[in-house]
Amino acid sequence: MPAVERPLIYANLRKPGYTVDIDCYLRNGGYEALKKAVALKPEEVCKEVEVSGLRGRGGAGFPTGMKWKFLDRKSGKPAYLVVNADESEPGTYKDRQIIYKDPHQMLEGIAITAWAIQAKQAFIYIRGEFIHGAKILERAIAEAKAKGFLGQNILGSGYSCEIVVHRGGGCYVCGEETGLIESLEGKRGYPRIKPPYFPAVLGLYNCPTIVNNAETMAQVKHVLAFGGAEFAKIGIPGDSGTHIWGVSGLVKRPGLYEIEAGKATFGELLYDLCGGPLDGRKIKAIIPGGSSTKILKVGERFKGKLANGTEFDWALEDIPLDSNSIAACGTGLGTGGTIVIDDSVEMIQALSNLNAFYAHETCGQCTPCREGSLWLSRVSKRITTGGGLETDVPLLLDIANQVAGRTICAHGEAVAWPVQSAVPKFKDEYLESIRKRQKGEEVPKLKLI
Amino acid sequence: MHESPSSAPARALKPETLAQAPAIIAQYPQPRSATMPLLHLVQEDRGYITQEDMTWVAGLVGVTPMQVLEVVTFYPMYRQSPIGRRHVRVCRTLSCALRGSYALMENLEQSLNCKRGETSPDGDFTLEFVECIADCGCGPVVHVDASMHENVKPEDADQFAAQLKATLKDPSYGQNPPVPGTPEWNG
Repeated sequence: MPAVERPLIYANLRKPGYTVDIDCYLRNGGYEALKKAVALKPEEVCKEVEVSGLRGRGGAGFPTGMKWKFLDRKSGKPAYLVVNADESEPGTYKDRQIIYKDPHQMLEGIAITAWAIQAKQAFIYIRGEFIHGAKILERAIAEAKAKGFLGQNILGSGYSCEIVVHRGGGCYVCGEETGLIESLEGKRGYPRIKPPYFPAVLGLYNCPTIVNNAETMAQVKHVLAFGGAEFAKIGIPGDSGTHIWGVSGLVKRPGLYEIEAGKATFGELLYDLCGGPLDGRKIKAIIPGGSSTKILKVGERFKGKLANGTEFDWALEDIPLDSNSIAACGTGLGTGGTIVIDDSVEMIQALSNLNAFYAHETCGQCTPCREGSLWLSRVSKRITTGGGLETDVPLLLDIANQVAGRTICAHGEAVAWPVQSAVPKFKDEYLESIRKRQKGEEVPKLKLI
Repeated sequence: MHESPSSAPARALKPETLAQAPAIIAQYPQPRSATMPLLHLVQEDRGYITQEDMTWVAGLVGVTPMQVLEVVTFYPMYRQSPIGRRHVRVCRTLSCALRGSYALMENLEQSLNCKRGETSPDGDFTLEFVECIADCGCGPVVHVDASMHENVKPEDADQFAAQLKATLKDPSYGQNPPVPGTPEWNG
């Protein structure tokens, strides 16, 4: 049976004639989940989310209900909700659709979450480049306030919550939750060291703070709409709900596909939904969940044991689209932003492209990341420009190994993982690229760096 | 890569810009949080940020001008010198590169008579490569001022450049409310 989509988050925004205004949202069942939520006690809403098994959609996949449990409620300080709409992970463009086409869905999730954690102030930290997106959200907030879904005395409950839309300045590292908090405080987006700066305890203004991804907020709306136990039945045990796969790169139909967790495979996503490779080409590799996740090569076998004891032996095309199965193959579901690379691509150029990204985006706080990302970028680029040595291939790996695990934030891993995963799989091709240039032979036409 | 401050004298900020500041600051529990929105406000007014602006923002949010400069120099979107009349930003990162953004950039350099990272001699265009702007399924994408142009193929660079040049003579450019599905809406 070919893979089918199950739109949940994208169900409304895909309807012909669906608009961003609140009347359209209300005609499509909008803010009914919020009504359910405020009729419950905050802790009951937290329980629903915990029971739902929802995992955060920002890339790390941390259980949302558990994150909320960590919130320090004893300090007496105000709690803040910060929504991470700083969508910057290369290959990721799922939150953009929600913001530009169905903003109230996200706002409803924010109102529910704010009620659950009793935050009276929420912030949406949105990419600075989403100029009109920020305006769409501001208009939507004003509409929701006028109808009593946000602002003072929400739905007559006596509870109040304000939302401020805060635009970033074009920095990838501000998608890291503590960098985001620093940025929101009006500073450089330098990530904070954990401990002690766990946001749930010492977050924004050193107050308890929950930082959740934009799509996670939309998912929360559906958790309340279905009820936690019913929501948990969507997907598979351990990974509930839908995942939005944002496929980009070299397939016939790149685009966004919303699939129930675990109910399709990479093969079905890439060949059935995306139409397979461009004519005359073959898919060579994919980066499954945003550029920081480890690359998978077509032709590899993935063998091992899942947490539930099931043994598996998969080709790339067989891997089920759920976070546990993908993690068992040595990579991650991440944001679901799948970048597809075909046989026209020279792998060293693809790697060099990403190395340049991480070198540009390092905040510079930690020496291994600041220096390592720059050296990885320079070494991989010099291979593409003909100055490469055969020793550069192990050198890349050596540098990456000195970055991962040695930095304040996960940018260090993001720098290292593309290199650490690609070098063992494409070493021979890299060496071939070096030799071709030494001999002045023709190299692939597609320029990536 | 950060630009050096301009030596040309800057005009004063518009009164309506100055008038918006108190409401922006009042949104936040702590005034310093208003640093970034105030800098965006200044840049939208004048096109870039001067030392005087930073001193003004610093005074409003209760920090030193140096602390505002730290912010300005950290975030790639802030500028300390003027740019061309149209700001053309081509996405460089992998998804767009796989769909031809490097070839597109080379072609646009010709069509706009402007090298990447520079402003054209006539001051009409500033052309830059930028990192991923989160529209990866429609690559190559080009962000022009506040509009997002999707699927701009390398072979269409001439036509795309002509379209951008036409906007220079359009007095209503950027004035009309965006319509869903257009580059202006998606910007």
